[in-house]
Amino acid sequence: MASHDAHTGRLPGLFTSPDTSSFTEFLGAYSPELLPGRRSLPAGVSAGEDIPHGTTIVAVTFPGGVVMAGDRRATAGNVIAQRDIEKVFRADEFSAIAIAGTAGLGIEMVRLFQVELEHYEKREGRTLSIEGKANRLATMVRQNLGLAMQGLAVVPLFAGFDEERSGGRIFSYDPAGGRYEEREFHAIGSGSVFARGALKKLFRGDLPAEDAALVCVQALYDAADDDSATGGPDLTRGIFPVVASVTAEGFRRLGEDEVGAVARAVVEERYNSPGGPSAPLR
Amino acid sequence: MPFYVSPEQQMKDKADYARKGIARGRSVVVLQFADGILFVADNPSRALHKISEIYDRIAFAAVGKYNEFENLRLGGVRYADVNGYQYDRRDVTARGLANVYAQSLGTIFTETNKPYEVELVVAEVGEDADTDQIYRLTFDGSVADEHGYVAMGGQAEAVAQALKDRFVEGAPLAEALRTAVGALEAQDSDRRLEAKSLEVAVLDRHREHRLFKRLPAARIQELLDAGQGAQGV
Repeated sequence: MASHDAHTGRLPGLFTSPDTSSFTEFLGAYSPELLPGRRSLPAGVSAGEDIPHGTTIVAVTFPGGVVMAGDRRATAGNVIAQRDIEKVFRADEFSAIAIAGTAGLGIEMVRLFQVELEHYEKREGRTLSIEGKANRLATMVRQNLGLAMQGLAVVPLFAGFDEERSGGRIFSYDPAGGRYEEREFHAIGSGSVFARGALKKLFRGDLPAEDAALVCVQALYDAADDDSATGGPDLTRGIFPVVASVTAEGFRRLGEDEVGAVARAVVEERYNSPGGPSAPLR
Repeated sequence: MPFYVSPEQQMKDKADYARKGIARGRSVVVLQFADGILFVADNPSRALHKISEIYDRIAFAAVGKYNEFENLRLGGVRYADVNGYQYDRRDVTARGLANVYAQSLGTIFTETNKPYEVELVVAEVGEDADTDQIYRLTFDGSVADEHGYVAMGGQAEAVAQALKDRFVEGAPLAEALRTAVGALEAQDSDRRLEAKSLEVAVLDRHREHRLFKRLPAARIQELLDAGQGAQGV
C-alpha cells in the first residue's frame, strides 16, 4: 500500500492526527497487515522446525557498559540454514537488541523496534528512558504470542547503557511478553544453558571492556561445543560471532578483525585446554 | 444570502492573509556549506523547534504558525518512517516528501477557508554539493527547487538580499554560520543575535547513518568566535 492517497498524493488524515508517538501503534491503525503479530496461521497447525531458527545470544555487563554477542548459525531442523546470519543489532545510539527463535519474525521485530525508537525520538525530541524502551519491546513480544503458541516464538535480549545510572543494563523476555531485568550477565537461545554455565565461571565485576568481549566469545564457544544449533568460530571461512558494545560513547559493533583476533586466540587456547579456562576451586 | 466573490478575489484574499501571517514571525535561513546543508533560525525557544530531523539525510525547516507546521512535520516523520520500513531507508527522498507536502498544502489552500500560514524547506543532503536538494514550499502548495541558499519568514526579502551579497559556495561551517547570522540580523537595522537566541542544525554528509545534528549553544558560540578571529575583527 502506498503511504499516501493514490488519487491526490497528499497525506491522509491519519498521518497528521497527533494521537500517538508510537510507530507500531500508528502502523496498526494505518496498515495493520504490516505488523508481525497481526497475522494468523491456520488453526491447529504448528509451524515448527522447518523454518530457520536463530540460536545463542550472550550479554555481559562491565563497569563502563555492556557487551552483547551472538553466534552466526541459523538452523532448520537438523540442517544449517545459514552460517553467517547476524542476530545482534544496534537498536539506537545507546542500546542493542539481539534475537533468538524464529529468525524471520525476529529480524522483522528488530526492524520495527529500531524504527519505533527513532520515530519516538524524532516526534518527541527526546529519547525514551531505557525502561521505556524495554517495556516497548515487551509489548511487541506479547503481540507475537499467538504465533509463538504455534511454534513461531521470538525471544529478544535487550541491553543498553543507562545514562542516569551510567552503567550497562540487560533485559530478557519470555514469549508471553514478560520482561525481566538481569544482573551482571545473561544468555538466551538453545545454547544458553551451556553459555550461562560458562558466564557464571568467567564473569567478574571489574572486567575491562575488551575482557568482557572475550568472556562473551568464550561463552559462545562453550555453547557451540555442546549445542548442535550453535555455531562456533569458523576459522576456515573467517566467520566469527557478532560482538557489540554499548557505553557512554554509544553503540559500537566490533570490527571483523578485532573479533577475529579474539576468536582465534580462544580457539588456539582450546588446543591446550578444550574445556576453556578453569576457574579456581576456592 | 452571501455576496458573490470571484474566485480570483477569493484566492488573492487567502494568499494575502497567509503572507501576512508568515511575515509576522522571524526568519529562517537554509544554506549549503562545505560539508552539507546548514539551517539557522532566529528562535530563542529551545523547546519549540523550527528545524527538525525527518530522516537519515532529510531535514525540515519552517516558519509561520507553530501548530500548523508542527502538524506537517509530524506527518512527514510518519510518511518517511512508514516508507523506510516498507521499502528501504534509501527509498525515502526529499522529492517524495516535498510532493506530499505540496499536495497537502495545495488542498488546504483551495478547499478550506483558512489557508495554512506556513512556509517550509525540505532539504536532503547528497554525496556532494551538486546532489544536495533543497525544496521550498509555500502556503499554496507551490514548490521551488533552490540552490545555494533560501530565506523565509519575517523580513524574508531583506534577509535574502543580505544572503545574496555574502553567500559563498563551499564555505566552511564557521563562515557559513556567520553569513547566515549576518543575514538574519538584516531583519532589523539594530538586530544583534547571540548564540542562545539561535537554533542551528546541520545535515553533515560526513556523519554516519543519521546525518542531522543540532548544534548546542556552546558550539554555536565557538563557531561564531572562530569566524570573527579569522576575519581579524
